[in-house]
Amino acid sequence: MTKPSILIDGKPIPFTEGQTIMEAATMAGVYIPHLCHNPEFEPHGSCKLCTVKVNGRNCSACTFPAADGQEVLNDTAELNELRRTITQLLFVEGNHLCPSCEKSGNCQLQAAAYFLGMADAHYPFFYPKRELDASHPDILLDRDRCIFCALCVRASQDADGKNVFAIGGRGIDSNLIVNSPTGKLADTPIAAADKAAQVCPVGAILVKRRGFEVPIGERIYDKHTLAEESLEREEPIMESQHG
Amino acid sequence: MAEKLTVATTSLAGCFGCHMSLLDIDERILALAEVASFDRSPLTDIKHCGDKVDLGLVEGGLCNAENVHTLREFRQHCRILVAVGACAINGGLPALRNHIELEECLAESYLDGVGVENPQIPNDVELPLLLNKVHPIHEVVKVDYFLPGCPPSADTIWKFLSDLAAGREPSLPRELIHYD
Repeated sequence: MTKPSILIDGKPIPFTEGQTIMEAATMAGVYIPHLCHNPEFEPHGSCKLCTVKVNGRNCSACTFPAADGQEVLNDTAELNELRRTITQLLFVEGNHLCPSCEKSGNCQLQAAAYFLGMADAHYPFFYPKRELDASHPDILLDRDRCIFCALCVRASQDADGKNVFAIGGRGIDSNLIVNSPTGKLADTPIAAADKAAQVCPVGAILVKRRGFEVPIGERIYDKHTLAEESLEREEPIMESQHG
Repeated sequence: MAEKLTVATTSLAGCFGCHMSLLDIDERILALAEVASFDRSPLTDIKHCGDKVDLGLVEGGLCNAENVHTLREFRQHCRILVAVGACAINGGLPALRNHIELEECLAESYLDGVGVENPQIPNDVELPLLLNKVHPIHEVVKVDYFLPGCPPSADTIWKFLSDLAAGREPSLPRELIHYD
């Protein structure tokens, strides 16, 4: 029996039963932009950057199951414009000041914006007031840069078994909260080697005393596009999961 | 010879880093001088825009009433207005004060700060009033193009200017888009 396949932008992409569109695409070397998705964790489907058109309807590629014969549109002007708009909204809803951020050049939000050709944030800035937590001796939590991808939440629960983080609040008052009596990171069991301390795609959770180990201009997305780096990092993970 | 492109520049709440980056185009400035002449700019010391300016390059965001006044003059006189650099685009470094009450900022700088002598908040009528928050320029006027970077590199500025001078729609390749 031939393997079932979907069409992404007219190109046949084989998949195995149970895979999402994102998984099938990644394994075939087709990049679908995403921020909250990381193949090491259960898909979250919240950032909506991976929105694709499946048989004419907008769906999140990271959660939508592939089905034989699906026609998927991914790299189209319309979808990329939508993704750019989502990225611009992320920029105005937080305080993303790249020139003073240690993550600049290694940041997936910035790299997504580069990839989508974003020159400005277009919308009025909210400049929300968010609390910095520098209480932990080894880890800095800078909520200004949080995009609520919940990767730290998932990593802390699923990989570290510690349940340190959660997302609280609604809308512009959304807030990355810390599970300790004081609400401070220092009073949780999190450690610098934990997955939750490493997984942040932006500069919200940083391991201390590593600032400028790699100079600006020499960093990941100074040299590679998010598409290149993402496929290179995620394809082997998918391979090991699905063979 | 076709008429030269007139260019005006200003630094609002900026650090002049973007102007320095413009000068970093080095000897290419000679080629620029062939096709462009400067109108109002710190480089010419002309204080107000002429009637017809083709291109206005605005560095810096808006932190006081004079910034807003200058920006509006630029928009009124410039056919094409460009936000140059992080501060013009998102407020940049000066916008870090947006999380602190203005009164607290002034008190820290002029009343309670370390080493302050004769503490008083400056209040001369000549001084423009501070805005409550720092704003990027697109929140006040229509902006035609954005050149990101802190500062945008000389190559970025050059690519934009040479596209425009050659009558091409300016566009930046991926390598020239940086926010840091």
